[in-house]
Amino acid sequence: MSTMLLDIHALRQTFPRADGGEFLVLDGIDLELAQGQIVGLLGRTGSGKSTLLRSIAGLMPPSSGTITYLGQPVLAPAPGIAMVFQGFALFPWLTVLENVQLGLEALGLPDAEIRKRALAAIDLIGLDGYESAYPRELSGGMRQRVGFARALVVHPNILLMDEPFSALDVLTAETLRTDFLELWGDGKLPIKGVVLVTHNIEEAVLMCDRILLFSANPGRIIREIAVELKQPRNRLDPQFRDLVEKIYVAMTARTQAPTRTGPVATSIDTILPRVSANLLSGLLEALAAAPYNGKADLPVIADELHLEVDDLFPVSDGLQMLHLVEVEGGDIKLTDIGKQFVDADTDERKKIFQRQLLAHVPLAAHIRRILQERANHVAPRSRFFDELEDHMSTADAEETLRSVTAWARYAEAFAYDDDSQTFSLENPT
Amino acid sequence: MRLNVPISVGGWGRFFSRWDVVAVLLILGLLMFVAGASRHMLQPLSELQGQPVSLDPANLPEYAARTTLRMLLAMALSLIFTFTYATLAARNKYAERLLVPLLDILQSVPILGFISITIVFFMALAPGRVLGAEFAAIFAIFTSQAWNMAFSFYQSLRTVPTELVEASRNFRLSPWMSFWRLDVPFATPQLIWNMMMSMSGSWFFVVASEAISVGNTTITLPGVGSYIALAIEQRDLTAVGYAILTMAIVILIYDQVLFRPLVAWADRFRFEQEPGLLPPRSWMLDVLRRSRLVDRLTRPFAVVWRHLLLARWPERAEPAKREPRTPRHGWITFQWVAILAAFTALALWQVGRFVTDDITLSDLGTALLLGLATLSRIVVLIAIASVIWVPIGVWVGTRAQVANLVQPVAQFLAAFPANLLFPIAVSAIVALRLDPNIWLSPLMILGTQWYILFNVVAGASAIPAELRAAATNFRVRGWLWWRRIALPAVLPYYVTGAITASGGSWNASIVAEVASWGNEHLQAFGLGAYIAQETAAGDFHHIVLGIAVMSFFVVVINRVFWRPLYLYAERKFRLG
Repeated sequence: MSTMLLDIHALRQTFPRADGGEFLVLDGIDLELAQGQIVGLLGRTGSGKSTLLRSIAGLMPPSSGTITYLGQPVLAPAPGIAMVFQGFALFPWLTVLENVQLGLEALGLPDAEIRKRALAAIDLIGLDGYESAYPRELSGGMRQRVGFARALVVHPNILLMDEPFSALDVLTAETLRTDFLELWGDGKLPIKGVVLVTHNIEEAVLMCDRILLFSANPGRIIREIAVELKQPRNRLDPQFRDLVEKIYVAMTARTQAPTRTGPVATSIDTILPRVSANLLSGLLEALAAAPYNGKADLPVIADELHLEVDDLFPVSDGLQMLHLVEVEGGDIKLTDIGKQFVDADTDERKKIFQRQLLAHVPLAAHIRRILQERANHVAPRSRFFDELEDHMSTADAEETLRSVTAWARYAEAFAYDDDSQTFSLENPT
Repeated sequence: MRLNVPISVGGWGRFFSRWDVVAVLLILGLLMFVAGASRHMLQPLSELQGQPVSLDPANLPEYAARTTLRMLLAMALSLIFTFTYATLAARNKYAERLLVPLLDILQSVPILGFISITIVFFMALAPGRVLGAEFAAIFAIFTSQAWNMAFSFYQSLRTVPTELVEASRNFRLSPWMSFWRLDVPFATPQLIWNMMMSMSGSWFFVVASEAISVGNTTITLPGVGSYIALAIEQRDLTAVGYAILTMAIVILIYDQVLFRPLVAWADRFRFEQEPGLLPPRSWMLDVLRRSRLVDRLTRPFAVVWRHLLLARWPERAEPAKREPRTPRHGWITFQWVAILAAFTALALWQVGRFVTDDITLSDLGTALLLGLATLSRIVVLIAIASVIWVPIGVWVGTRAQVANLVQPVAQFLAAFPANLLFPIAVSAIVALRLDPNIWLSPLMILGTQWYILFNVVAGASAIPAELRAAATNFRVRGWLWWRRIALPAVLPYYVTGAITASGGSWNASIVAEVASWGNEHLQAFGLGAYIAQETAAGDFHHIVLGIAVMSFFVVVINRVFWRPLYLYAERKFRLG
C-alpha cells in the first residue's frame, strides 16, 4: 500500500478517428503525487497534458492503464479532486457566493455549513466584499480567485490546475501566483497536493517541486526535473535561470524517438504548426538583427519578444521544418537560406519560401502535384481533408490544412477559394 | 443575439438523410391513423355544439380571458414537452438521430390543416363534452408552439460550454442539479425568445381553432376566435372592431406583464455579453423585485424550489464518456433498431393502405398543382415584402433611437393575429369586386412579414460602429454602400426572418385562400383553399393528402433553398 495521493501507471488515452481507427494522445504515462508536492506538467501544444489532467479529474476514463487515488481507481469524478480552469468556468448567472457554494450544495451539506465554509473560502482567497457580485462584473484576476475559492471550499486532497494563469495579464498572473504560493507555504490551504498544467517554463520553475516534460503526438513523459530551490523563488537567481535554460534545452532537443516527435515534416501526415507567414519572417528578422546577429539563446529571445513557449515553439518549429533555422541545445540559429531570406526583397522572399515549402513540407508538395496532374488544376478541399483525417484528429487535420493554405498563399504555391472550398493553381490576376 | 433559425441547419452534407425518410413516414403514418380513426367517429358527434356565443361586447373580457387561458395551458404543455423531448434528443445519441429530423418535419406540417383531424379525435375521447373540444383546441395551440421551443432548447443543450460541463462534473453535481443549474439557465434566453415567437404565432391559431366546422360538426368554444367567426357570419363590422381592440389590449398586457419582465429577468443568463447594448428593462420586473409583499409571498416557493433543486437522488454510476463496446451495448442498439423498424413498417403499411384506398394519382396531381399555385404566391409575396421591408429595416436598424421605437412595434404586429383583420379585407374585396386569386394573397403574409422587418432591424443594428465609420471614411455611399455593406451584413438575419415568414405563410394560406363575409364566399386557386375545402367537407383522406403535399413543399424548400442559403450567409457574412 503506497502512501501516494495519486498513482498513475502505464496510462494510455486514445480518441476515435474518423476512419474508425484510434488516435493516440497519451502513451505510457507513469506519475506519482506525494503529499505536499506541486507537480508541473510542461509541454507544447498537442502533448496531451490537458488530457492527462482531465483523466485525473475522472472526466475521461483511461483507455488502458490505471489511475489510483488513495487506493481507489479513478473512473468518474472523485470526491477530493477539484479543478481550476483556464477559462475560469464560472456560472455567469450565479453570484460569487453562489458559485463558491455550488460544490458544497452538490455534497448535500446543511445550509448553515455551506454558508460558513463558503464565506471562509471567500475570506481566505481575498474576495471579501464581492460576495454578491456576478462574474461579469469582475476583472479576470478576481474571476480566477472565485475559481480558486470554488475549488478550495470542497476541501479537496488534490487541486488540479489547468493553465490557471494563462488567460490573465502578466501582472495579475504574478500577483495570483504569489498569493497562492504564500497560502500554500503557510499551510493555510486545505489541500495536500497540486497538479499544474502549464506552457510557461518560468511559471513551472517558480511553482513546482517536480516538473514533467512532455513530448507531443503522442504525449509521453520525456524527462522529469526536480526543482530544489527554496520558496519564495527569485526569477533572477542564477540557479533559477540555469534551470529554465536546462528545460529549454530539453524541450528543443532533437528527440531520438522514431517518428513525428521532432519538428521535421517527414510525410504528408505531419501535423503543421499554426503560424502565419508574418510571424515566421518576424522571428527571422529579429534573429538576424542585433544583438543576436543570426544566433540566439531561446529563453533570452523569448523573453525579449514576450513570447511564451506555446507561442514561440510553433514558430521555431515551423522555421525548422522549412530549414530556415536550426534549433539545438536551447539555441536558435539562422541557416544560410534563412540569411538569404532576411536579406531578400518581398518577391525574392516569396520565391525562397516557395522553394523551401515545396522541398520540405510534403503536404504542400503533395497538393501542388495533385493540382498539376489534374487537367483543370482544381481539387476540392475535402479530398485532402479526408486523407489527413485518416492520420490525425479532425481538429489537427483542420489546423494542418489551414496552415498549409496560409503558407502556400504567402509562397504563391497554390490558391484556395473558400466559397467553393477548392484548391487551384490559379491566382487571381 | 445568437441567430435563431427555425429549421435544422446542421451541416452541408446531403439535402435529405435516411432519418428524414423515417421521420416523414412516422409522421404520415400517425396522421393517417388519426384521420382514419376520426372518420369513423365523426357521425355520432354531429349534434354537438358548444355554448352559444353572443356578439355583446360585454362578453369580450370573458372571451379574451378564456382564449388567453388556452394559450397559457398550451404553453405549459409546450414547456414540459421541450424539457423532455429536447433533453432526450441531446443526451441520447440513438434518440437524437430520429428525434431531430422528426422535429424538423413536424415543424413543416401545417397546423391549421391538422386542427380538423385532431379536434374530432379528441372529442371522440371525451364524447359529448366541451372538455374534448377544449383539449383539442389546446392541443392545436400546443402544436403551434412546441416545435421551435424544443428545437431551440436542443440546440442550446448541444452548445453548453465544455468547461462549464466539466466544472459541474468535477464538482459532482447530480444530473438533476446540473440540468437546473447549468443546462436550463444556459438555454433560458433563447428559450424565452422562442416562447415569445411561439406565443405570437399561436394567437393566429387560437383564433382559428375556436370555431371550426368539420363536415356536419361545428365546434364553437367561447373565445375571441368564435366571437369573430360569428361577427363574420352576421356581417357585423362593429363587432369585428371590438374584437380587434380586445385582442390588441390582451397582447399588450401579455407583453408588458409576462414577456418584458421575463426577457429582462433572463438577461442575467446570457452567456456572452455584447458591449454597447443596453440591458432590457421592465417596469413590471422592477415592481416585483422591489416589492416586499411579493418577496414575502414568493419566499415559501423559493424554499421549496431550493429543496427540489438540491434533492439528492439515489446515486447512480456516472455515465462514462466513452461507451465500451460490450454485448449489452449491442443489445440496446438491437432493441432500438427493432422497435423503430416495427413502427416504421407500421407507418409504411398505414401509408400504403391509405394510398391504395381512395387516393388516385390524379388527386395527387391536383394537390401538387395547387401547391405550385400557392408556392408561386408565396414566392411573389416574400419578394415584395423583402423589397419593402429590407430597406426600411436597414434604415431603422442603423439609427439606434428609431430602432428602439420600432422594434417593439414590429414584434407587437407579429404577435397580432392577422386573421382578425381578414374580415375587413374581405369585405373590401367583395365590395370592390376584386379578383380573389390576386387580392386574397396579401392576407397570407399580413401577419408574417414582420419577421422579416424585425430580423433585418436586428441585423442592421448589429453592424459594428467601426465598420460604419470606415464606410463613411472611404466615402462609400449610395448603391455601393447597400451592395457592399448593408445587404451582406443583414443577410443572415434576413434569411432567418424569411424562413419564418415563408413557413408561416404556408400555414396562413389555409385560412387566407378562402374567405367569407356573411353569405359571400371567396376562394383562390391554391393548396390552402383545397385543405380548407376538404375540411369543410369532412373528407379526411383528402385533408391528409393536402397536409402531406404542403409539408412536402415546405420541407423541400427549406432543405433545397433556405438551408443552403442560410449556411452560405452565415459563413460568408457573419460579423465577428
